[in-house]
Amino acid sequence: MASDGGVSCLRRSEMMSVGIGGIDSPPLDVDEVHVLAVDDSLVDRIVIERLLRITSCKVTAVDSGWRALEFLGIDNEKASAELDRLKVDLIITDYCMPGMTGYELLKKIKESSSFRQVPVVIMSSENVITRIDRCLEEGAEDFLLKPVKLADVKRLRNYLARDVKHSNGNKRKLPKDSPPLTLSPDSSDSSPPRSTLSPDSSDSSPPPSTLSPDSSDSSSPPLSPVEIFSSPLLSPLDDEVDDVLTSSPESTPSLVRRQKMRSPGLD
Amino acid sequence: LMTAKSLASKETVNGRCWFYSDDDDGISVYLNRELHAMNTVVAQLQTQFQDYLVSLYQQGFLDNQFTELRKLQDEGTPDFVAEVVSLFFDDCSKLINSMSRSLERPENVDFKQVDSGVHQLKGSSSSVGARRVKNVCISFKECCDVQNREGCLRCLQQVDYEYKMLKTKLQDLFNLEKQIVQAGGAIPQHFPSYTILRPDIRPCLDA
Repeated sequence: MASDGGVSCLRRSEMMSVGIGGIDSPPLDVDEVHVLAVDDSLVDRIVIERLLRITSCKVTAVDSGWRALEFLGIDNEKASAELDRLKVDLIITDYCMPGMTGYELLKKIKESSSFRQVPVVIMSSENVITRIDRCLEEGAEDFLLKPVKLADVKRLRNYLARDVKHSNGNKRKLPKDSPPLTLSPDSSDSSPPRSTLSPDSSDSSPPPSTLSPDSSDSSSPPLSPVEIFSSPLLSPLDDEVDDVLTSSPESTPSLVRRQKMRSPGLD
Repeated sequence: LMTAKSLASKETVNGRCWFYSDDDDGISVYLNRELHAMNTVVAQLQTQFQDYLVSLYQQGFLDNQFTELRKLQDEGTPDFVAEVVSLFFDDCSKLINSMSRSLERPENVDFKQVDSGVHQLKGSSSSVGARRVKNVCISFKECCDVQNREGCLRCLQQVDYEYKMLKTKLQDLFNLEKQIVQAGGAIPQHFPSYTILRPDIRPCLDA
Protein backbone atom coordinates (compact mmCIF):
# COMPACT_ATOMS: atom_id res chain seq x y z
CA MET A 1 0.00 0.00 0.00
CA ALA A 2 1.24 3.46 -0.82
CA SER A 3 2.00 5.31 2.37
CA ASP A 4 1.40 8.87 1.37
CA GLY A 5 -1.95 9.00 3.09
CA GLY A 6 -3.55 11.03 0.36
CA VAL A 7 -5.11 10.02 -2.90
CA SER A 8 -2.89 7.31 -4.24
CA CYS A 9 -2.80 4.89 -7.07
CA LEU A 10 -3.51 1.35 -6.01
CA ARG A 11 -1.87 -1.00 -8.43
CA ARG A 12 -3.33 -4.45 -8.83
CA SER A 13 -0.48 -5.96 -6.82
CA GLU A 14 -1.13 -3.46 -4.11
CA MET A 15 -4.79 -4.26 -4.25
CA MET A 16 -4.02 -7.91 -3.72
CA SER A 17 -1.94 -7.18 -0.67
CA VAL A 18 -4.56 -4.96 0.91
CA GLY A 19 -6.17 -7.91 2.58
CA ILE A 20 -3.06 -9.28 4.16
CA GLY A 21 -3.17 -7.12 7.21
CA GLY A 22 -0.78 -4.24 6.86
CA ILE A 23 0.86 -5.20 10.13
CA ASP A 24 4.15 -3.82 8.93
CA SER A 25 2.85 -0.37 8.04
CA PRO A 26 5.25 2.47 8.76
CA PRO A 27 4.86 4.77 11.78
CA LEU A 28 2.06 7.25 11.36
CA ASP A 29 1.99 10.97 11.31
CA VAL A 30 0.12 12.16 14.40
CA ASP A 31 -2.09 14.52 12.46
CA GLU A 32 -3.28 12.01 9.93
CA VAL A 33 -6.52 10.24 10.53
CA HIS A 34 -5.88 6.54 10.63
CA VAL A 35 -8.71 4.16 9.94
CA LEU A 36 -8.74 0.43 10.46
CA ALA A 37 -11.13 -1.19 8.00
CA VAL A 38 -12.32 -4.75 8.52
CA ASP A 39 -14.12 -6.71 5.80
CA ASP A 40 -13.85 -10.28 4.59
CA SER A 41 -14.71 -9.28 1.02
CA LEU A 42 -11.73 -8.23 -1.07
CA VAL A 43 -13.83 -6.09 -3.39
CA ASP A 44 -15.36 -4.27 -0.42
CA ARG A 45 -11.97 -3.76 1.17
CA ILE A 46 -10.63 -2.16 -1.99
CA VAL A 47 -13.64 0.11 -2.28
CA ILE A 48 -13.70 1.18 1.36
CA GLU A 49 -9.99 1.80 1.33
CA ARG A 50 -10.29 4.01 -1.73
CA LEU A 51 -13.26 5.83 -0.24
CA LEU A 52 -11.25 6.53 2.89
CA ARG A 53 -8.09 7.55 1.07
CA ILE A 54 -10.00 9.97 -1.09
CA THR A 55 -11.12 11.65 2.10
CA SER A 56 -7.49 11.89 3.22
CA CYS A 57 -7.42 9.07 5.70
CA LYS A 58 -4.63 6.66 6.18
CA VAL A 59 -6.05 3.16 5.94
CA THR A 60 -5.16 -0.27 7.17
CA ALA A 61 -7.49 -2.90 5.79
CA VAL A 62 -7.73 -6.39 7.24
CA ASP A 63 -9.86 -9.33 6.30
CA SER A 64 -11.16 -10.54 9.66
CA GLY A 65 -11.96 -9.61 13.22
CA TRP A 66 -9.06 -11.71 14.43
CA ARG A 67 -6.62 -9.85 12.25
CA ALA A 68 -8.05 -6.59 13.50
CA LEU A 69 -7.48 -7.60 17.11
CA GLU A 70 -4.04 -8.80 16.21
CA PHE A 71 -3.24 -5.50 14.54
CA LEU A 72 -4.50 -3.53 17.51
CA GLY A 73 -2.64 -5.80 19.87
CA ILE A 74 -5.76 -6.48 21.87
CA ASP A 75 -5.41 -10.23 21.83
CA ASN A 76 -1.97 -10.33 23.35
CA GLU A 77 -0.06 -8.54 26.05
CA LYS A 78 2.86 -7.23 24.03
CA ALA A 79 0.82 -4.36 22.71
CA SER A 80 2.76 -1.76 24.62
CA ALA A 81 5.74 -2.00 22.30
CA GLU A 82 3.61 -1.13 19.28
CA LEU A 83 1.40 1.34 21.08
CA ASP A 84 2.89 4.52 19.71
CA ARG A 85 2.47 3.26 16.19
CA LEU A 86 -1.11 2.31 16.64
CA LYS A 87 -2.92 5.58 16.48
CA VAL A 88 -6.26 4.38 15.32
CA ASP A 89 -8.88 7.09 14.99
CA LEU A 90 -11.71 5.02 13.63
CA ILE A 91 -12.53 1.39 13.14
CA ILE A 92 -14.98 0.53 10.41
CA THR A 93 -16.11 -3.05 10.17
CA ASP A 94 -18.46 -5.24 8.23
CA TYR A 95 -21.12 -6.94 10.29
CA CYS A 96 -21.41 -10.31 8.57
CA MET A 97 -18.05 -11.98 8.62
CA PRO A 98 -17.15 -15.62 9.06
CA GLY A 99 -15.49 -16.46 12.36
CA MET A 100 -15.94 -13.24 14.30
CA THR A 101 -18.80 -10.96 13.38
CA GLY A 102 -18.49 -7.19 13.40
CA TYR A 103 -20.67 -7.14 16.46
CA GLU A 104 -18.33 -9.47 18.33
CA LEU A 105 -15.38 -7.38 17.25
CA LEU A 106 -17.17 -4.28 18.48
CA LYS A 107 -17.66 -5.86 21.88
CA LYS A 108 -14.03 -6.84 22.16
CA ILE A 109 -12.93 -3.34 21.25
CA LYS A 110 -15.23 -1.81 23.82
CA GLU A 111 -13.85 -4.19 26.42
CA SER A 112 -10.32 -3.05 25.71
CA SER A 113 -8.95 -0.27 27.87
CA SER A 114 -6.70 1.05 25.14
CA PHE A 115 -9.23 1.13 22.36
CA ARG A 116 -12.66 1.48 23.89
CA GLN A 117 -12.77 5.16 23.07
CA VAL A 118 -12.03 4.64 19.42
CA PRO A 119 -15.24 5.13 17.45
CA VAL A 120 -16.44 1.98 15.76
CA VAL A 121 -18.69 2.08 12.71
CA ILE A 122 -20.54 -1.00 11.51
CA MET A 123 -21.35 -1.66 7.86
CA SER A 124 -23.97 -4.08 6.71
CA SER A 125 -25.83 -4.96 3.55
CA GLU A 126 -28.93 -5.73 5.58
CA ASN A 127 -31.15 -3.10 7.07
CA VAL A 128 -32.24 -4.95 10.18
CA ILE A 129 -33.43 -2.63 12.92
CA THR A 130 -32.72 -5.03 15.76
CA ARG A 131 -29.20 -5.51 14.47
CA ILE A 132 -28.64 -1.78 14.23
CA ASP A 133 -30.01 -1.21 17.71
CA ARG A 134 -27.84 -3.91 19.16
CA CYS A 135 -24.75 -2.39 17.65
CA LEU A 136 -25.58 1.12 18.74
CA GLU A 137 -26.33 -0.10 22.24
CA GLU A 138 -23.01 -1.86 22.37
CA GLY A 139 -21.37 1.46 21.63
CA ALA A 140 -21.06 1.67 17.86
CA GLU A 141 -20.91 5.27 16.70
CA ASP A 142 -22.69 4.75 13.44
CA PHE A 143 -24.14 2.17 11.15
CA LEU A 144 -23.63 2.35 7.40
CA LEU A 145 -25.73 0.49 4.92
CA LYS A 146 -23.82 -1.14 2.10
CA PRO A 147 -22.98 -0.41 -0.58
CA VAL A 148 -21.04 2.39 1.03
CA LYS A 149 -20.94 5.66 -0.86
CA LEU A 150 -18.61 8.62 -0.84
CA ALA A 151 -21.18 10.73 0.99
CA ASP A 152 -21.26 8.21 3.86
CA VAL A 153 -17.52 8.30 4.29
CA LYS A 154 -17.35 12.07 3.98
CA ARG A 155 -19.86 12.33 6.77
CA LEU A 156 -17.73 10.13 9.01
CA ARG A 157 -14.69 12.12 8.10
CA ASN A 158 -16.31 15.38 9.12
CA TYR A 159 -17.25 13.88 12.39
CA LEU A 160 -13.70 12.74 13.06
CA ALA A 161 -11.96 15.91 11.97
CA ARG A 162 -12.92 17.68 15.16
CA ASP A 163 -11.18 15.09 17.29
CA VAL A 164 -7.89 14.56 15.53
CA LYS A 165 -6.18 17.52 17.13
CA HIS A 166 -6.86 16.28 20.63
CA SER A 167 -4.39 13.51 20.33
CA ASN A 168 -3.86 11.46 23.43
CA GLY A 169 -2.32 8.19 22.39
CA ASN A 170 -5.14 5.99 21.31
CA LYS A 171 -7.68 7.77 23.37
CA ARG A 172 -9.28 10.19 21.03
CA LYS A 173 -11.39 12.53 23.06
CA LEU A 174 -14.90 12.80 21.83
CA PRO A 175 -16.65 16.08 22.47
CA LYS A 176 -18.71 15.48 25.58
CA ASP A 177 -22.19 16.47 24.71
CA SER A 178 -22.24 16.14 20.99
CA PRO A 179 -24.51 13.58 19.45
CA PRO A 180 -22.85 10.95 17.29
CA LEU A 181 -23.83 12.59 14.05
CA THR A 182 -23.68 16.12 12.90
CA LEU A 183 -25.41 16.39 9.61
CA SER A 184 -24.07 19.26 7.59
CA PRO A 185 -25.03 20.75 4.23
CA ASP A 186 -23.80 18.43 1.61
CA SER A 187 -23.43 20.40 -1.53
CA SER A 188 -20.23 18.96 -2.83
CA ASP A 189 -21.45 15.62 -3.86
CA SER A 190 -24.23 14.21 -5.85
CA SER A 191 -25.83 11.43 -3.94
CA PRO A 192 -29.10 12.38 -2.39
CA PRO A 193 -29.91 10.88 0.99
CA ARG A 194 -31.51 7.51 0.83
CA SER A 195 -34.71 6.80 2.59
CA THR A 196 -35.52 3.72 4.57
CA LEU A 197 -39.10 4.79 4.74
CA SER A 198 -40.95 2.92 2.10
CA PRO A 199 -44.33 4.37 1.22
CA ASP A 200 -46.10 1.87 3.40
CA SER A 201 -43.81 1.96 6.36
CA SER A 202 -45.72 1.89 9.56
CA ASP A 203 -43.21 2.64 12.23
CA SER A 204 -42.57 6.28 11.57
CA SER A 205 -44.19 9.23 9.96
CA PRO A 206 -43.57 9.33 6.24
CA PRO A 207 -41.39 12.02 4.72
CA PRO A 208 -43.15 14.94 3.07
CA SER A 209 -42.75 14.01 -0.56
CA THR A 210 -40.76 12.85 -3.54
CA LEU A 211 -40.54 9.13 -3.02
CA SER A 212 -40.41 7.67 -6.49
CA PRO A 213 -43.38 5.37 -6.89
CA ASP A 214 -41.55 2.30 -7.97
CA SER A 215 -38.04 1.20 -7.89
CA SER A 216 -36.89 -0.66 -10.95
CA ASP A 217 -34.98 -3.04 -8.81
CA SER A 218 -35.80 -5.18 -5.85
CA SER A 219 -33.45 -3.69 -3.34
CA SER A 220 -33.37 0.07 -3.10
CA PRO A 221 -30.63 1.55 -0.98
CA PRO A 222 -32.00 3.27 2.11
CA LEU A 223 -30.64 6.00 4.36
CA SER A 224 -28.16 5.06 6.94
CA PRO A 225 -30.66 3.66 9.40
CA VAL A 226 -29.83 6.06 12.21
CA GLU A 227 -31.31 8.72 10.01
CA ILE A 228 -34.72 7.16 10.33
CA PHE A 229 -35.02 8.90 13.61
CA SER A 230 -34.14 12.34 12.43
CA SER A 231 -36.70 14.79 11.18
CA PRO A 232 -38.44 13.97 7.95
CA LEU A 233 -36.45 14.89 4.93
CA LEU A 234 -36.91 15.30 1.26
CA SER A 235 -35.46 12.02 0.17
CA PRO A 236 -35.85 10.78 -3.36
CA LEU A 237 -34.85 7.17 -3.84
CA ASP A 238 -31.70 7.31 -5.79
CA ASP A 239 -31.69 3.97 -7.41
CA GLU A 240 -33.99 5.02 -10.21
CA VAL A 241 -32.28 4.80 -13.55
CA ASP A 242 -33.88 8.10 -14.48
CA ASP A 243 -32.32 9.88 -11.56
CA VAL A 244 -28.95 8.57 -12.53
CA LEU A 245 -29.31 9.77 -16.07
CA THR A 246 -30.73 13.19 -15.52
CA SER A 247 -28.78 14.41 -12.59
CA SER A 248 -25.32 15.70 -12.94
CA PRO A 249 -23.46 16.22 -9.71
CA GLU A 250 -23.99 19.94 -9.73
CA SER A 251 -27.71 19.85 -10.20
CA THR A 252 -28.76 17.80 -7.20
CA PRO A 253 -30.11 20.16 -4.57
CA SER A 254 -28.08 20.24 -1.43
CA LEU A 255 -30.04 19.34 1.63
CA VAL A 256 -29.67 20.88 4.98
CA ARG A 257 -30.47 18.33 7.59
CA ARG A 258 -31.01 19.03 11.20
CA GLN A 259 -28.88 17.34 13.76
CA LYS A 260 -29.76 13.77 14.35
CA MET A 261 -31.27 13.09 17.70
CA ARG A 262 -31.70 9.72 19.28
CA SER A 263 -35.28 8.74 19.20
CA PRO A 264 -36.53 8.14 22.72
CA GLY A 265 -38.15 4.87 23.50
CA LEU A 266 -36.24 2.97 20.89
CA ASP A 267 -35.52 0.12 23.21
CA LEU B 1 2.86 33.43 -39.20
CA MET B 2 1.05 33.42 -35.89
CA THR B 3 0.51 36.98 -34.79
CA ALA B 4 -0.13 38.07 -31.22
CA LYS B 5 -3.66 39.01 -32.23
CA SER B 6 -4.48 35.61 -33.59
CA LEU B 7 -3.46 33.81 -30.45
CA ALA B 8 -5.84 35.93 -28.43
CA SER B 9 -7.36 33.40 -26.08
CA LYS B 10 -7.55 29.74 -25.43
CA GLU B 11 -10.35 28.12 -23.61
CA THR B 12 -11.21 24.61 -22.72
CA VAL B 13 -14.89 23.97 -22.86
CA ASN B 14 -16.22 20.52 -22.04
CA GLY B 15 -12.76 19.03 -22.36
CA ARG B 16 -12.33 20.45 -25.82
CA CYS B 17 -9.85 23.12 -26.66
CA TRP B 18 -10.95 26.30 -28.46
CA PHE B 19 -8.81 29.14 -29.69
CA TYR B 20 -10.62 32.31 -30.54
CA SER B 21 -9.94 35.97 -31.11
CA ASP B 22 -11.94 39.14 -31.41
CA ASP B 23 -11.11 39.85 -35.00
CA ASP B 24 -11.67 37.69 -38.03
CA ASP B 25 -8.00 36.98 -38.39
CA GLY B 26 -7.54 34.14 -40.84
CA ILE B 27 -4.84 32.55 -38.75
CA SER B 28 -7.07 32.05 -35.75
CA VAL B 29 -9.67 30.48 -37.99
CA TYR B 30 -7.03 28.17 -39.35
CA LEU B 31 -5.92 27.21 -35.86
CA ASN B 32 -9.47 26.58 -34.85
CA ARG B 33 -10.05 24.40 -37.83
CA GLU B 34 -7.05 22.26 -36.93
CA LEU B 35 -8.13 21.97 -33.35
CA HIS B 36 -11.68 21.38 -34.43
CA ALA B 37 -10.54 18.42 -36.52
CA MET B 38 -8.67 16.95 -33.58
CA ASN B 39 -11.49 17.75 -31.25
CA THR B 40 -13.98 16.14 -33.55
CA VAL B 41 -12.34 12.76 -33.18
CA VAL B 42 -12.22 13.14 -29.44
CA ALA B 43 -15.75 14.51 -29.36
CA GLN B 44 -17.05 11.57 -31.33
CA LEU B 45 -15.36 9.11 -29.04
CA GLN B 46 -16.61 10.95 -26.00
CA THR B 47 -20.15 10.91 -27.31
CA GLN B 48 -19.85 7.24 -28.12
CA PHE B 49 -18.57 6.56 -24.63
CA GLN B 50 -21.32 8.51 -22.93
CA ASP B 51 -24.05 6.97 -25.04
CA TYR B 52 -22.73 3.51 -24.33
CA LEU B 53 -22.46 4.14 -20.62
CA VAL B 54 -25.98 5.54 -20.51
CA SER B 55 -27.28 2.49 -22.36
CA LEU B 56 -25.73 0.18 -19.77
CA TYR B 57 -27.76 1.93 -17.09
CA GLN B 58 -30.89 1.97 -19.21
CA GLN B 59 -30.63 -1.75 -19.85
CA GLY B 60 -30.18 -2.38 -16.15
CA PHE B 61 -26.65 -3.71 -16.24
CA LEU B 62 -25.42 -1.00 -13.91
CA ASP B 63 -26.88 0.99 -11.07
CA ASN B 64 -25.98 4.06 -9.08
CA GLN B 65 -23.21 2.32 -7.20
CA PHE B 66 -21.22 2.15 -10.44
CA THR B 67 -21.56 5.90 -10.64
CA GLU B 68 -20.18 6.07 -7.12
CA LEU B 69 -17.20 3.96 -8.15
CA ARG B 70 -16.46 6.25 -11.07
CA LYS B 71 -16.31 9.17 -8.66
CA LEU B 72 -13.38 7.47 -6.97
CA GLN B 73 -11.36 7.45 -10.17
CA ASP B 74 -9.20 10.38 -11.26
CA GLU B 75 -6.20 11.15 -13.47
CA GLY B 76 -3.94 9.68 -10.82
CA THR B 77 -5.91 6.43 -10.69
CA PRO B 78 -7.33 6.04 -14.20
CA ASP B 79 -7.69 2.27 -13.87
CA PHE B 80 -9.41 2.11 -10.54
CA VAL B 81 -12.82 1.07 -11.79
CA ALA B 82 -11.40 -1.42 -14.26
CA GLU B 83 -9.30 -3.02 -11.55
CA VAL B 84 -12.10 -3.25 -9.03
CA VAL B 85 -14.49 -4.84 -11.51
CA SER B 86 -11.75 -7.20 -12.60
CA LEU B 87 -11.43 -8.41 -9.01
CA PHE B 88 -15.19 -8.69 -8.87
CA PHE B 89 -15.26 -10.89 -11.97
CA ASP B 90 -12.53 -13.10 -10.51
CA ASP B 91 -14.66 -13.40 -7.39
CA CYS B 92 -17.68 -14.37 -9.50
CA SER B 93 -15.77 -17.08 -11.26
CA LYS B 94 -14.40 -18.53 -8.04
CA LEU B 95 -17.71 -18.45 -6.18
CA ILE B 96 -19.68 -19.88 -9.09
CA ASN B 97 -17.24 -22.77 -9.34
CA SER B 98 -17.45 -23.62 -5.66
CA MET B 99 -21.24 -23.31 -5.58
CA SER B 100 -21.44 -25.50 -8.63
CA ARG B 101 -19.48 -28.18 -6.81
CA SER B 102 -21.74 -27.90 -3.78
CA LEU B 103 -24.83 -28.31 -5.96
CA GLU B 104 -23.43 -31.12 -8.02
CA ARG B 105 -24.86 -34.20 -6.33
CA PRO B 106 -28.59 -34.06 -5.69
CA GLU B 107 -28.39 -36.31 -2.66
CA ASN B 108 -25.71 -34.27 -0.97
CA VAL B 109 -26.13 -30.55 -1.49
CA ASP B 110 -24.34 -28.25 0.91
CA PHE B 111 -26.91 -25.44 1.00
CA LYS B 112 -25.00 -23.65 3.71
CA GLN B 113 -22.03 -23.32 1.45
CA VAL B 114 -24.20 -22.22 -1.44
CA ASP B 115 -25.90 -19.65 0.77
CA SER B 116 -22.56 -18.31 1.85
CA GLY B 117 -21.45 -18.05 -1.77
CA VAL B 118 -24.62 -16.24 -2.79
CA HIS B 119 -24.26 -13.85 0.12
CA GLN B 120 -20.73 -12.97 -0.92
CA LEU B 121 -21.70 -12.58 -4.54
CA LYS B 122 -24.64 -10.40 -3.69
CA GLY B 123 -22.43 -8.23 -1.54
CA SER B 124 -19.70 -7.67 -4.05
CA SER B 125 -22.07 -7.19 -6.99
CA SER B 126 -23.87 -4.58 -4.92
CA SER B 127 -20.59 -2.86 -4.13
CA VAL B 128 -19.62 -2.42 -7.77
CA GLY B 129 -23.07 -1.62 -9.12
CA ALA B 130 -23.55 -4.86 -11.04
CA ARG B 131 -27.31 -4.62 -10.92
CA ARG B 132 -28.40 -7.66 -12.91
CA VAL B 133 -25.95 -9.93 -11.13
CA LYS B 134 -27.19 -8.65 -7.80
CA ASN B 135 -30.82 -9.22 -8.73
CA VAL B 136 -30.16 -12.82 -9.72
CA CYS B 137 -28.51 -13.29 -6.33
CA ILE B 138 -31.71 -12.19 -4.64
CA SER B 139 -33.67 -14.94 -6.41
CA PHE B 140 -30.81 -17.32 -5.84
CA LYS B 141 -30.94 -16.75 -2.10
CA GLU B 142 -34.67 -17.49 -2.09
CA CYS B 143 -34.07 -20.83 -3.80
CA CYS B 144 -31.36 -21.60 -1.31
CA ASP B 145 -33.56 -20.74 1.66
CA VAL B 146 -36.12 -23.34 0.61
CA GLN B 147 -33.43 -25.78 -0.45
CA ASN B 148 -34.60 -25.85 -4.02
CA ARG B 149 -31.73 -27.46 -5.88
CA GLU B 150 -33.25 -27.07 -9.33
CA GLY B 151 -33.94 -23.42 -8.70
CA CYS B 152 -30.41 -22.96 -7.43
CA LEU B 153 -28.97 -24.54 -10.53
CA ARG B 154 -31.02 -22.25 -12.75
CA CYS B 155 -29.90 -19.21 -10.77
CA LEU B 156 -26.33 -20.38 -10.90
CA GLN B 157 -26.52 -20.58 -14.66
CA GLN B 158 -28.12 -17.19 -14.85
CA VAL B 159 -25.58 -15.52 -12.60
CA ASP B 160 -22.82 -17.04 -14.68
CA TYR B 161 -24.40 -15.63 -17.82
CA GLU B 162 -24.96 -12.21 -16.32
CA TYR B 163 -21.48 -11.68 -14.99
CA LYS B 164 -19.92 -12.75 -18.26
CA MET B 165 -22.24 -10.45 -20.19
CA LEU B 166 -21.37 -7.54 -17.93
CA LYS B 167 -17.70 -8.34 -18.27
CA THR B 168 -17.95 -8.04 -22.05
CA LYS B 169 -19.93 -4.81 -21.86
CA LEU B 170 -17.52 -3.19 -19.47
CA GLN B 171 -14.56 -4.31 -21.54
CA ASP B 172 -16.04 -2.41 -24.46
CA LEU B 173 -16.57 0.60 -22.23
CA PHE B 174 -12.99 0.57 -20.98
CA ASN B 175 -11.73 0.22 -24.55
CA LEU B 176 -13.59 3.39 -25.48
CA GLU B 177 -11.99 5.11 -22.52
CA LYS B 178 -8.56 4.08 -23.75
CA GLN B 179 -9.29 5.38 -27.21
CA ILE B 180 -10.36 8.74 -25.83
CA VAL B 181 -7.19 9.05 -23.79
CA GLN B 182 -5.05 8.02 -26.75
CA ALA B 183 -6.73 10.66 -28.90
CA GLY B 184 -5.76 13.23 -26.30
CA GLY B 185 -9.19 13.70 -24.80
CA ALA B 186 -10.60 13.64 -21.30
CA ILE B 187 -12.97 10.93 -20.15
CA PRO B 188 -16.41 12.40 -19.52
CA GLN B 189 -17.07 12.19 -15.84
CA HIS B 190 -20.66 13.14 -15.87
CA PHE B 191 -23.64 12.15 -17.87
CA PRO B 192 -24.14 14.28 -20.96
CA SER B 193 -25.74 17.58 -20.27
CA TYR B 194 -26.67 19.04 -23.58
CA THR B 195 -25.44 22.59 -23.76
CA ILE B 196 -25.15 24.76 -26.78
CA LEU B 197 -22.13 26.98 -26.99
CA ARG B 198 -22.99 30.67 -27.17
CA PRO B 199 -22.48 32.05 -30.67
CA ASP B 200 -20.08 34.71 -29.42
CA ILE B 201 -17.63 32.16 -28.11
CA ARG B 202 -18.04 29.62 -30.81
CA PRO B 203 -15.28 30.07 -33.40
CA CYS B 204 -16.21 31.10 -36.88
CA LEU B 205 -15.35 28.20 -39.15
CA ASP B 206 -17.04 29.39 -42.28
CA ALA B 207 -14.44 31.83 -43.51
